[in-house]
Amino acid sequence: MTSEAPGLWPPSGPEIVFLLLGLVALGSALMVVTTRQLVHAALWLVVCFGALAGGYLVLTAEFVAWVQVLIYVGAIVVLLLFGIMLTRAPIGRSADLDSGNRWAAGLVAVSTAALLVSVVVAGFGAAYTPLEPGRGSAEELGSSIFRTWVLPFEALSVLLLAALIGAIVLSRTDIKGRE
Amino acid sequence: MHVVYPVVVSALLFSIGVYGVLARRNAILVLMSVELMLNAVNLNLVVFDVWLKDRLHSGQVLTLFVIVIAAAEVGLGLAIVLALFRNRRSIDVDRLRDLSERDAPAEDRS
Repeated sequence: MTSEAPGLWPPSGPEIVFLLLGLVALGSALMVVTTRQLVHAALWLVVCFGALAGGYLVLTAEFVAWVQVLIYVGAIVVLLLFGIMLTRAPIGRSADLDSGNRWAAGLVAVSTAALLVSVVVAGFGAAYTPLEPGRGSAEELGSSIFRTWVLPFEALSVLLLAALIGAIVLSRTDIKGRE
Repeated sequence: MHVVYPVVVSALLFSIGVYGVLARRNAILVLMSVELMLNAVNLNLVVFDVWLKDRLHSGQVLTLFVIVIAAAEVGLGLAIVLALFRNRRSIDVDRLRDLSERDAPAEDRS
């Protein structure tokens, strides 16, 4: 797996593309957690998920990339925007989006980042794999899901149904508890 | 592709999500930060699947499952947030202190 690995620097063409996409994703994720406008946070989330989908494409995981675009960008962000509208959030700038413990939160986040980055650099610093196109195509993944992973797939569909019913019960106001 | 590049990006993305969960007051922003953390995990899964050349594609299939679970989670989470908003007229997680042992600090009490 680590045969004839080229040096870490300079990065090759796909690695440069991936690093640029990763920079976009990280920058927009920072905007999501620091912006003062609620709607802008949702829109920066779209940028972040789109950049990650591009990263999946570079990593030859095409099907996952399209599922990411469809479900995350298409469904989840729209759902979050619905939530923002339905809770009558202020549309403009609002000063009270951050809680008082943001310095503690920043400290925890920086130490988490330092810990994780040092561990993965120590563990996978030399790991290298050449990219082979086609390993993440819909055909490969579909045959894998419907042959090997068909039982978790069905269990997941039941879970989705349960979540759907739960969301309906929680959000309807005319369903009363037992007296 | 060196494995270390995507893995480091995913670690940084995860810690940005941690910061968002801890520092934000609005419950919807907390949900968005949870999505960021789930995406970091997804990137990790895809990278390790590509690196290990798994014949069963367990990494990418698990990524799809995580995406589906994230969709279910955000649907339920928003339903809970909406129920909260109907009952309290506020989704500020710092003010929802019914289960807290300590009283709220004086400036937050309202």
